[in-house]
Amino acid sequence: MRTKLQMWTLMMGVAAALALPTLSRAQLTSGEIQSRLGMESHIGNITGHANSGRVKYDYRRYCVGCHGDLGDGNGENAVWFDTPMYQKPRDFQLGVFKCRSTPTGTLPTDQDLFDAITRGFDRSNMPPWNTFTKQQRADLVAWVKHFSPRWTNEKPGVPITIPPEPEVTAERIKAGRDVFARVQCWKCHGVQGMANGPSASTLTDDQGRPIAPFNFTDGARPKCGDTDQDIYRIFMTGLDGTPMPSFADNIKPDEAWDLVFYLRTFMAQRSVEKEMAKKLDLKPVNPNAPAGQQ
Amino acid sequence: MKTRNKLGTVLLAVVLVSCGGLLLSQKANAAGEGKITGTVKLSGTAPHMRGIDMSKDPYCVKQHANNPAHLETVVVGSDSGLENVVLYISEGLPANVLAEVPKTVPVFDQKNCMYTPHVLAMDVDQTFKVETSDQTTHNIHPLPNPMTGNIPWNQSQPPGAAPIEKKWKAAEVIPVQCNIHPWMHGWFVVVKGPYATTDDKGNYTIENVPPGNYTVTAWQEDYGTQTQKVTVAAGKPGTADFTFKAK
Repeated sequence: MRTKLQMWTLMMGVAAALALPTLSRAQLTSGEIQSRLGMESHIGNITGHANSGRVKYDYRRYCVGCHGDLGDGNGENAVWFDTPMYQKPRDFQLGVFKCRSTPTGTLPTDQDLFDAITRGFDRSNMPPWNTFTKQQRADLVAWVKHFSPRWTNEKPGVPITIPPEPEVTAERIKAGRDVFARVQCWKCHGVQGMANGPSASTLTDDQGRPIAPFNFTDGARPKCGDTDQDIYRIFMTGLDGTPMPSFADNIKPDEAWDLVFYLRTFMAQRSVEKEMAKKLDLKPVNPNAPAGQQ
Repeated sequence: MKTRNKLGTVLLAVVLVSCGGLLLSQKANAAGEGKITGTVKLSGTAPHMRGIDMSKDPYCVKQHANNPAHLETVVVGSDSGLENVVLYISEGLPANVLAEVPKTVPVFDQKNCMYTPHVLAMDVDQTFKVETSDQTTHNIHPLPNPMTGNIPWNQSQPPGAAPIEKKWKAAEVIPVQCNIHPWMHGWFVVVKGPYATTDDKGNYTIENVPPGNYTVTAWQEDYGTQTQKVTVAAGKPGTADFTFKAK
């Protein structure tokens, strides 16, 4: 009996020692969080309120299971998804978001958060919440914002400008292939977009957890939306909190459209770009070619 | 009576302001002169620095064909001098020295798939530059704790990319990594006030320290921090030598 108790104490001690380093990031208390209940969001002409009364119950009923009472992504279900593909729920206290229209290192706009709630994230445990009214979603945006002090200390970034989409041409797809080779997207995504580049297997997110690059070929929709504009935005703003960097300094707006068209040729979904690439008989880029020569 | 009072107040204000100005200018002059110097050493056997397998990227392998790459967690130079130790003043600095931000721009270079220097110290709000000398794509990804006010960002630098200029809002030790080359790991050490980093002999000099009593902190990425009390007198630099014990 006594040895059993000793064993138990020892095991608890070991468990506590293992858990300690993971708690190193400061946790906010509920008191601190509640001081920001006056948070608002602005979606078009709708104003969302964190103290709307109803939003608290919506969050408790639909969100808390994964995102947790304190918005730290430690809800009771969170322990069950922790694979490179199915990422942990977002930690709202950190105020770091993947899907933004704003440059890397800045806060997303209210509309970005609203769109994320509406769209959900394909190949994750976050479903689309488009069954909520717009007012409910706007309130939830305000509620998400009230978890992080960043929203009181900073303003959201200025959304990047996306020029009008040009017409798809064979030349543009070929130019897109050159951009793909030059900035070396294949290092992680692979030469055919199959998420099997040389660096793919060692990627980790900001919390040091394994994470997989996007596989263009298996029919998944990009997590931050699947319009051409969404894809443009993904590589020009980067997905903060993940290994995906911003390429805004190194890809010109016109080239960015070329790259969007080239990426489309990898995707399982039928598209004009895919047809054109087939006719062109485009070969994957050569990873061993010296820089600037494909 | 009233006018006399007013006159008195104005006079007092003038005297106070001029005194303050004098004091400030004196301090500023003194600040340029004083400094803290010393040496940081390692006692015991230097730990073995593991070699790095760069086979993920043939370019990186080629760059290190003649000088095999190894980790830089503990770099010991001649005479046990410890390199890459950051020294800064953790206590005792007057507000005007704390508020000063150096005009120099420290550079963090990505060279041969390693960070040069491995540890880059800087002041809060000081502009620093991230460059690449490599013919392979890097992504520069600092990982501060957003709770401090420093916000993580992640930018790509393909071959020939222009330098990136940035600054940090708060004092913090920030790990930096490249996700494409997972062995690339460095540090931004952001401090408030004058700082120095040890050279390959373990020597350092913190410049621009006005006379006074201070606590100097030495930071090493693996061994943590040590502190010492130092006095800087006019015309006489303070000295503080540190010794870290090998684990």
